[in-house]
Amino acid sequence: MTDRTANPALPAGDPTPVAPVKDRNQWWDVWDQFRSHKGAMAGLIFLLGITLFCLIGPWLWGLDPAKLDIRNKDLRPIINALWGAENVSWAHPFGTDNLGRDIMAQTMQGGRISLAVGWTAMILAILIGTFVGVIAGYFPRLDGVLMRLTDLFLALPLLPLLLVMMLLFRDPLRAAFGPEQGIFILIVIGIGITSWMQTARIVRGDVLALKEREYVLAARSIGTPSRRVITRHLLPNVLSPIMVSATLGLATAIITESAISFLGLGFPPDYPTWGKLLADAVPRMVSFPERVVWPGLAISLTVLAVNYIGDGLRDALDPRIRGL
Amino acid sequence: MLTYTFRRLLISIPTLLLIAFVIFMLLELAPGDPMASMPLTIPAEVKQQMREALGLGEPWWVRFPLWLKQFFIVEPAYWIDSAFGTSLADGQQRIISFQSRSPVFDTIAQRLPQTLWVVGMSYVVGVLIALPVGIISAYRQYSVFDQAGTFVSMIGFSVPPFFSGVLLIVIFSVSLGWLPSIYDTTHQVRDWDSFVFQLRQMVMPVMVLALQTTAQISRYMRAAMLDNLGQDYVRTARAKGLSESVVVLRHVLRNSMIPVITVIALGIPSIFGGAIITEQIFKVNGLGQLLIIALQGNDIPMVMTLTFLFAVLIVMFNLIADVLYGVFDPRIRYD
Repeated sequence: MTDRTANPALPAGDPTPVAPVKDRNQWWDVWDQFRSHKGAMAGLIFLLGITLFCLIGPWLWGLDPAKLDIRNKDLRPIINALWGAENVSWAHPFGTDNLGRDIMAQTMQGGRISLAVGWTAMILAILIGTFVGVIAGYFPRLDGVLMRLTDLFLALPLLPLLLVMMLLFRDPLRAAFGPEQGIFILIVIGIGITSWMQTARIVRGDVLALKEREYVLAARSIGTPSRRVITRHLLPNVLSPIMVSATLGLATAIITESAISFLGLGFPPDYPTWGKLLADAVPRMVSFPERVVWPGLAISLTVLAVNYIGDGLRDALDPRIRGL
Repeated sequence: MLTYTFRRLLISIPTLLLIAFVIFMLLELAPGDPMASMPLTIPAEVKQQMREALGLGEPWWVRFPLWLKQFFIVEPAYWIDSAFGTSLADGQQRIISFQSRSPVFDTIAQRLPQTLWVVGMSYVVGVLIALPVGIISAYRQYSVFDQAGTFVSMIGFSVPPFFSGVLLIVIFSVSLGWLPSIYDTTHQVRDWDSFVFQLRQMVMPVMVLALQTTAQISRYMRAAMLDNLGQDYVRTARAKGLSESVVVLRHVLRNSMIPVITVIALGIPSIFGGAIITEQIFKVNGLGQLLIIALQGNDIPMVMTLTFLFAVLIVMFNLIADVLYGVFDPRIRYD
């Protein structure tokens, strides 16, 4: 039992004791399996790269994304110099927009917001989903109510409701927390409370199966309170499905935020996010098609990377596949 | 089966009422005011009169049942009247849009054909592409075709419609000039040329939506086929000397279609939600665009009715999926 608790995500109910010879954390096995998935590794490297680009980039680049420079407006990206474009400048490698704002700085700033919204909303959704799932699975008395609630949420038309929420609550939140923080809180909460249902269902199913296991019975028979059974024995064992649905949640949160910004219901106009940059570029895409491509590629590649990471995690966390 | 369907229908009534209540209260509690954009020079008592003219004078516990009555009794009565020439409705108040001051359902009826054409066609196209792709991917697992299919469906999951749509416009409308970027809903098909024009303007919105459908359904099809290909009855069928096409296309495919059909049914309402963005890109004046305009104009009755209609679609297709599952799979018994 001692090495069971030291090694929480061990396949539960496994009667053979862990060999104490090799003192190796099982997460290393997961990592080894994860590394053998090429797409997942590429995704991880890309996600780290773009995160660093957005986090450290503004320091190194130093240009203010909101600074207007009318003299240098509508510069083309530097790559256009290859086929002889005149209006390019090494000072603005991605070009500038119709007000002369540097597009590379905007992409970095937009990425910061988009990634921050994605991560926070995903964490919120996972917290709600795990909480509802564990409570519903562990306490049969609450199961019916909570699962009806989940079904109700699944039957709601989520994107329209999200848009309704964005429109109706934006002004009071802006007044309370300022234009950026207010909208940030609104978007994160909006996405969070509309995307926890899948996690809740998966976690509930797993908890229902796990709580009949002998080790849970053993823990309860020595008088462990429910709170400790859940945190000590159940949560570590449902960690892998939670992690997989977290990656899916991150991908959908980034797409949803971009969709809201694209429809013009997101952040204020002077506050770039990837979706907003894409939406701003659409009216002028006939003359400047590249401005659509940059933010669009950033969104798509990030989501693709996250999806591949999820794929790799699913394989790596499945003990039946791992070690083959 | 019939009792099950009936019971599910009965359960869906309180679900829908609850959803209607949630949407109504969300709109009610929200601090947005349809009078907010009125000029400040309008005196307060005139504003109050305008408010009452919009039907906002009463508290919510009067207005919510009234809306329910209008939605479930008055509007169907008008339908029946117009269809059979009866006079059930008797001039009762319909749900009126704040923006256009015309009945909400008249506007919806005008917009519905566009959405159904584009969305419905894209779903059919997406399913028709997805099924063979899924079958071949599973039959030749880990082949080049399977890898390519996996990659394309990953892209379908990852590239949001507001990028794939815009990208298609940049390539096919701006650079190549082959296809029109704006969907002309006033266009009427009269002869061959106008039919070709209709086809050309439908290609891009349909493909954008179909990519998403294909990505999802081909994955399900592949997984279901893989599940069945390893079963004992497949070996038996092969051992009997049945030809490979009969084994795969009759025995395996029929069993694999059971879960896939329910997924197809479940996906229909969500495609209406996805159409909100696609309609915005290609300027299709369908239901999604109507919702956006109503949202921007604070048109509460329109938003309420449209959102509730989406919810009705979701609940209905959930029910249809469950019933279909029981119909196609004799092992499933709900009773």
